[in-house]
Amino acid sequence: MHQPLMSSRRILTAGSLLWTGSATAAGDAAPINVVAIGMFLLFALVTLGITWWAARRTRSAHDFYAAGGGITGFQNGLAIAGDYMSAASFLGIAGLVYTSGFDGLIYSIGFLVGWPLIMFLLAERLRNLGRYTFADAVSFRLQAGPVRSLSACGTLVVVVFYLIAQMVGAGKLIEVLFGLDYSIAVVVVGVLMIIYVSFGGMLATTWVQLIKAVLLLTGASVMAIAVLALVGFSFEALIARAVERHPLGARILAPGPLVADPVSAVSLGLALMFGTAGLPHILMRFFTVPDAREARRSVFYATSFVAYFYLLIFIIGLGAVIVLTGETRYTDAATGLLRGGTNMAAIHLAQAVGGDIFLGFISAVAFATILAVVSGLTLSGASALSHDLYASVLRRGDANPQEELRVSRMATIVLGALAIVLGIQFEAQNVAYMVGLAFAIAASVNFPILFLSMYWRGLTTRGAALGGFMGLVTAVTLMVLGPTVWVDVLKHAAPVFPYKHPALFSISVAFVSIWLFSITDRGPRAQAERAAFRDQYIRAQTGLGAAGASRH
Amino acid sequence: MQHLYERIDRDPRFHALARRRSLLGWGLSAAVLVAYYAFILAIAFAPGLLAMPLGPDTVLTVGIIAGLAVIVMSVALTGVYVWRANRTFDGLNAAIVGDATRDA
Repeated sequence: MHQPLMSSRRILTAGSLLWTGSATAAGDAAPINVVAIGMFLLFALVTLGITWWAARRTRSAHDFYAAGGGITGFQNGLAIAGDYMSAASFLGIAGLVYTSGFDGLIYSIGFLVGWPLIMFLLAERLRNLGRYTFADAVSFRLQAGPVRSLSACGTLVVVVFYLIAQMVGAGKLIEVLFGLDYSIAVVVVGVLMIIYVSFGGMLATTWVQLIKAVLLLTGASVMAIAVLALVGFSFEALIARAVERHPLGARILAPGPLVADPVSAVSLGLALMFGTAGLPHILMRFFTVPDAREARRSVFYATSFVAYFYLLIFIIGLGAVIVLTGETRYTDAATGLLRGGTNMAAIHLAQAVGGDIFLGFISAVAFATILAVVSGLTLSGASALSHDLYASVLRRGDANPQEELRVSRMATIVLGALAIVLGIQFEAQNVAYMVGLAFAIAASVNFPILFLSMYWRGLTTRGAALGGFMGLVTAVTLMVLGPTVWVDVLKHAAPVFPYKHPALFSISVAFVSIWLFSITDRGPRAQAERAAFRDQYIRAQTGLGAAGASRH
Repeated sequence: MQHLYERIDRDPRFHALARRRSLLGWGLSAAVLVAYYAFILAIAFAPGLLAMPLGPDTVLTVGIIAGLAVIVMSVALTGVYVWRANRTFDGLNAAIVGDATRDA
C-alpha cells in the first residue's frame, strides 16, 4: 500500500537534496506513513481542541504558570511522568537495551532514583514555599535580584540544551517515521508547541502531557505483553532467549562498555539522580496542585508510572533482541546493525509484533511524546523569563499580573522560534551530549541552591549566587573540555578533561563554593537572611501561608 | 503571619513533628542512596559480581535482580513515605496549625 507514496517520497527527497544539500541517502528515505500521519493528525486535533478550552480558562498569571493550582495529585503525577518519559528515554533506552542489555538498566535506574529523593526531601517544602517557579522558593529569604537571575539562567540553559536535543531528535525521528522533511518536522513541532503553551498555558500543557502519557503507557504495555506472549509470559525465558539470540551472549547481563571507569560511574549516577531533582520543568509542576499533600501524592504516582515504564522498556528492549536480531527486514545483512539506527529498536519491534497499524500508532505516540515534552520545557523557560527575570528582577515585583501574562506569552513565542531555528541549525550535529549537559547543569546549579536554601540556615545570597555560578561554569567548562564535545564535536585528538560526565566535580565545586561564600558573608544583610530561616522553615513544614489554589 | 510562626515555634509538638518527619525523610533517603550507590560502585569496581548467575540452572544474574530490586524499592519507599505522612503527619500538622490560628 505504500508503493505509490514511496515513489513520491523519493522525488521529494531528491528535491530537497538539490535544495538544502540534505545528506539523506535515497535508500534511507522512509515512505510517507499514512497511518502514522492520520493518527498524529487526530492527536493534534484533539490537543488543539483542549488548548482552545484551556485558553478560555487561562486568564491570570496563576492560571498560566500553575493551571490555577487545580490539578489533582493523580493527574499531576501522570503529567510529571509524561514530562519525564521523553522520546529519548522511550526509544533511546530501548535501543540501549537492544545493543548492550544491562547498560540500559543502569540508565533506567539512574533516571528513577532521583524520584524518591524528590519525595523525601523536596516536594512538600517546595510546594509550601513557592508559587510558580523553583526560584520562588529559593528567593523566599534571599535577595530576589541575584538569586532569581541565577535560577533563571540555570533554567534557561537547561531548557535550551534540552530543547535542542529534543528538536533535533524530533526532526530526525519524524523524517524516518513519517517520511516528512526534517525542517518541516521541526517547524510543525515548534508551531504546535507555541500554540499549546501561549494560548493554553499550564492547563493545556498538562492535558497534552496527560493524553500522551496514557497513549505511551498503553502502547508500551501492549508491546511488552506481545513480547512476553512470545516466551510464555516467563521473565526468565525472555532473558534466556535474549542471551541465546544476542551476538554478545551472556555478556548482555553484565555491565558493558557504557560505564568505563569508577569516576564515570559515580559521576553519571550523581548527574542522573540530582539532575532529576533540579529539572525546572519538573519542579514547576509541583505548583499546579492545591497543597503539599497533593504534591506528595503526585510524586508517588509519578515514581510508580516511571518505574512501570522502565520495566516495560527493559522488556521491549529484550523483545527487540529476540525478534529483530538477524532479520534482514529490520537489520542490515552485512553489519547486523538496525536499519535507521539503534533508536529504531522499539519502532521496528512495533511493526514486527503489530504490523503497519501498530507501527503507525507507536510512531504517532513518539511524535506526540516529543511535542508534549518540548511544550513543558518551553513553558518552564518562558516562566523563568517572565516571572523571574521580568516581573521579579526587572520590575522588582511591580508588574501587574496581566502584563506578566502578556510577557510570558511573548517569551513563549520567542523561545519557540529559537527552538525551531536552533533545531534546524543543529541538524547535522551530534546532540547526544546535550541532554547529559542539561542534567549536569540542573544537578550543579538548580539542585544545590534549592536544596541548601531549604536545609541550611547559613546560606546567604552571596553564597547561593556565587556558588551556583561556579557550579554552572564548572559544569559547562568540563563538558566542553571532555570527550563528548572536545573530541566528538570539535574533533580534537584527545580530551583536556578525561571524563564524559562532569557532575561529580561540578556538584562538589557548587556545594563547596556555596558553603565558603556563605560562611564568609558577615554583612547585616546576611544576618537578616539567616534570621529569616525560622519563618521559612515553619512555612515549609506546616504549609501555613503557602500559596493556595484559585477556583473559578 | 509573623506572630503565627512565632506561636508555632513555641509549640513543642511542632518541633517533635518536624523531627519525626525529617527522621523518616532522611532515613528513607539514606536507604535509597545506599542501595543505589552500592549498585553503582558494584558496576565500577566489581562488574564480575553482577555478571554472576544466581544459580547453576538459571540465566538470571545478580546484576539483573539487583537492578530490578532497586527499581521496586524506590517505588515501595515512596509509598511508605506517603502512607506515613497521610496517616500521622497530616493530622498532627493540622492540629498544630489549627491551635496556632484559632485564637489568633
